[in-house]
Amino acid sequence: MITLALRCVCAVLLWPGLAAAQETGQFRVCSDPQNLPFSNDRLEGFENKIAELIAKDFAVTPSYIWWGQRRGFIRNTMNATLKEGRCDYVMGVPDKYDLVLTTRPYYRSTYVFVYPRGKGLTIASLDDPALKKMKIGVHLLGDDYTNPPPVHELSKRGIVDNVVGFSTFYSAENPPSAIIDAVANGRIDLAIVWGPVAGYFARRQRVGLELVPVPSGKGDLPFAFDIAMGVKRGNEALRTRLQAVLDKRQPEITKILKDYGVPLLERTGKVR
Amino acid sequence: MKRWSSLFLVVGACGLASAAACSRTTSDSPADATAAAASSADNDWSMPNKNQSATRYSAVSEITADNVKNLKVAWSFSTGVLRGHEGEPIVVGSTMYVHTPFPNNVYALDLSKEGAPVKWKYTPKQDAAVIPVACCDTVNRGVTYSNGKIFLNQLDTHTVALDAETGKELWKVKQGDYRNGQTMTSAPMVVKDKVISGVSGGEFGVRGFVTANDINTGKQVWRMYSTGPEEEVGFPGSVETWKGDEWKRGGGTTWGWYSYDPELDLFYHGTGNPGSWNPDQRPGDNKYSMTIFARNPDTGKAAWAYQKTPHDAWDYDGINENVLVDLNINGSMRKVLVNFDRNGFSYVLDRKTGELLQANPFVFVNWAKGVDLKSGRPIEDPAKRTSSTQNTKDICPSAMGGKNQQPVSYSPRTGYFYVPTNNLCMDYEGVEVKYQQGQPYVGAIVVSKPGPGGNRGEFIAWDPTTGKKVWGIKEELSAWGGALSTAGDVVFYGTMEGWLKAVNAKTGDILWKFKTPSGIIGNPMTYVGPDGKQYVAVLSGIGGWSGIGVAADMSLDDPTAGLGAIGAFKDLANFSNQGGVLTVFTLP
Repeated sequence: MITLALRCVCAVLLWPGLAAAQETGQFRVCSDPQNLPFSNDRLEGFENKIAELIAKDFAVTPSYIWWGQRRGFIRNTMNATLKEGRCDYVMGVPDKYDLVLTTRPYYRSTYVFVYPRGKGLTIASLDDPALKKMKIGVHLLGDDYTNPPPVHELSKRGIVDNVVGFSTFYSAENPPSAIIDAVANGRIDLAIVWGPVAGYFARRQRVGLELVPVPSGKGDLPFAFDIAMGVKRGNEALRTRLQAVLDKRQPEITKILKDYGVPLLERTGKVR
Repeated sequence: MKRWSSLFLVVGACGLASAAACSRTTSDSPADATAAAASSADNDWSMPNKNQSATRYSAVSEITADNVKNLKVAWSFSTGVLRGHEGEPIVVGSTMYVHTPFPNNVYALDLSKEGAPVKWKYTPKQDAAVIPVACCDTVNRGVTYSNGKIFLNQLDTHTVALDAETGKELWKVKQGDYRNGQTMTSAPMVVKDKVISGVSGGEFGVRGFVTANDINTGKQVWRMYSTGPEEEVGFPGSVETWKGDEWKRGGGTTWGWYSYDPELDLFYHGTGNPGSWNPDQRPGDNKYSMTIFARNPDTGKAAWAYQKTPHDAWDYDGINENVLVDLNINGSMRKVLVNFDRNGFSYVLDRKTGELLQANPFVFVNWAKGVDLKSGRPIEDPAKRTSSTQNTKDICPSAMGGKNQQPVSYSPRTGYFYVPTNNLCMDYEGVEVKYQQGQPYVGAIVVSKPGPGGNRGEFIAWDPTTGKKVWGIKEELSAWGGALSTAGDVVFYGTMEGWLKAVNAKTGDILWKFKTPSGIIGNPMTYVGPDGKQYVAVLSGIGGWSGIGVAADMSLDDPTAGLGAIGAFKDLANFSNQGGVLTVFTLP
């Protein structure tokens, strides 16, 4: 359990990231080198574009600490043992993610149903009886219940045999687009995918695809999440400064997100 | 999962060992008797668990229960690597071979010279991008020796053969792709003319396999999977225990230790937890995850397979070592295999047929009331089966296991097994938002915590014929390092605080201890040096799953970080700091 005492100790020991940024003339992002649409080492992701914006306000060159965004990402980047390996901020974490100190959310997205347009299909609820007969694709993360919400909620509804798993982790054989490709080419009837991934890859298909937000029923896990940026715990000064930049740049950030097809959710649950 | 080898016929041991050492070859244990002629000299320690039977028992007896109190440091050696140091060095003749965690350096140290200077160093080139793929620290469990070669498994899935004399790379083969979640952390094993290796990466849904490569060329001879059709598993009955084609990401990784019975010509290995679906999503027994396999080393085909934990819901990765001994069971001598599993049960099987003879809890267990010896299945407590739709509290043992990878030792002199255990339970509870690869999700919180009594570990002596504990030494932290027993009736083990302890094999009295520079998750070993004296060596260097908090300098605020390890070991930094050091002891 977290104790107040431990928190205080950690706060005292924390590396002052803001000072680091000023000293080095760098403002380093912890980022995944191979994770479109979010980021890659060719700077093609929407987080890369947003990082460029933010760097302008910090009057520095954006620079990156590359690390696979898997288990241990924060520990190996922001909290790295060696100072040279540490970065100043992360661009995408759930709001109030407790491994870092988060800004206010800069976007909210949702898991979406993805299925071909124009085939008379309309799915807008996990309780639609049609789901029991369809071949459904989901992303898998690992065991021990560390899986995306669709995996749990389909299972809870007894929808098991007709569910197909896709690895969340990038590999040459299984790029993140594979689940959307499978919908487009008919290998599966429908997929339930995190919005930014679905939006980006659906646009690259020749087949028109519908993206419909997945609503949470009573007692269900959430399907919509607020996404924020994060700095090292205890570094309030840097967060304040980063927050000011986010507030100022929010319209431009939102435009970048839209350009990448990220389904953005308002509190009404509607995609805009 | 995580979740998270070896013995061989050392035909060429004499190549490096002195002639005198070779002539002194004797049997290490009853099970070894037939292999004695071909086994390494008692003076050496040429494979990770000392011999093909994996007993970690040395017939060397200069250090005894009477004189061990005089043990002093002879020399020490920094590995230059900070992360967790599992496994042990090996010794062949007058050379010691020391491995490190990633980047998997290998040092050859010249024992014939004062202070054991470096003879050669091998530094593999590996992409640092492999580090995030390793689940539970960047550990490596050691190298092995055969026919003038040192064999190493690298984290990035390369198996490498080095010239033992010069360190020159003789061949190198790629067994998998870390970008698909595959890594290698286990020590290879040589059986006859083949080097056998396994794969890690269960938490990424890696489909486990074992591979045999020719020791001279590296050419793959066969590969057998843990799940799938008979021709790919070498045994029938897997596919039908999975939904659809889910066996393709079925897990059952093979990152543990291996043993070999030359008379039966079978080698033994375990398989890990089933792949990436939640238990609710992978109905069926999920064979052959969580299984002990007996395989033919020439073909890879299995003579039998015994699944310890069908349809795992706890991450009781079944990869622990299988020790081959001959025991009097119910009045008759049997050739058996003894396995202390993560799930808390100690299994005794007929190693020829796979018949289950005994299964007794060696730590506090509550997920099952016992094991039905007829069917071989655990008698589960339904209240302790985890599910994604409910909180489950106080499951014992925790996912870290009643015993993890730290190998046991068996002394034929006492007839006891010496078992480093964990006393940990866990809660699967609540939900918290997590994030990987750009995806937010809600996961169960897995928190490991001390079991009954509050001590997190105990080093025990276990009588396999009665299935009962003989004595135990309670440890504040888990006993995460392996055991060593010797003909001097001394047993050695290390603690996460960094103590190397020497214990009376019969009584459990602590006879001597020394605080090494860092926590010990490695395994003590012993050998006779070129000067004719007995030495005991151990790697310290905290890390591994239990020590990930210190090894990776993780925030202590999150008890679920490190797969629940931080919850159980958040005070570890009070005891131990990072740093790989080999410490070698001898009598004055």
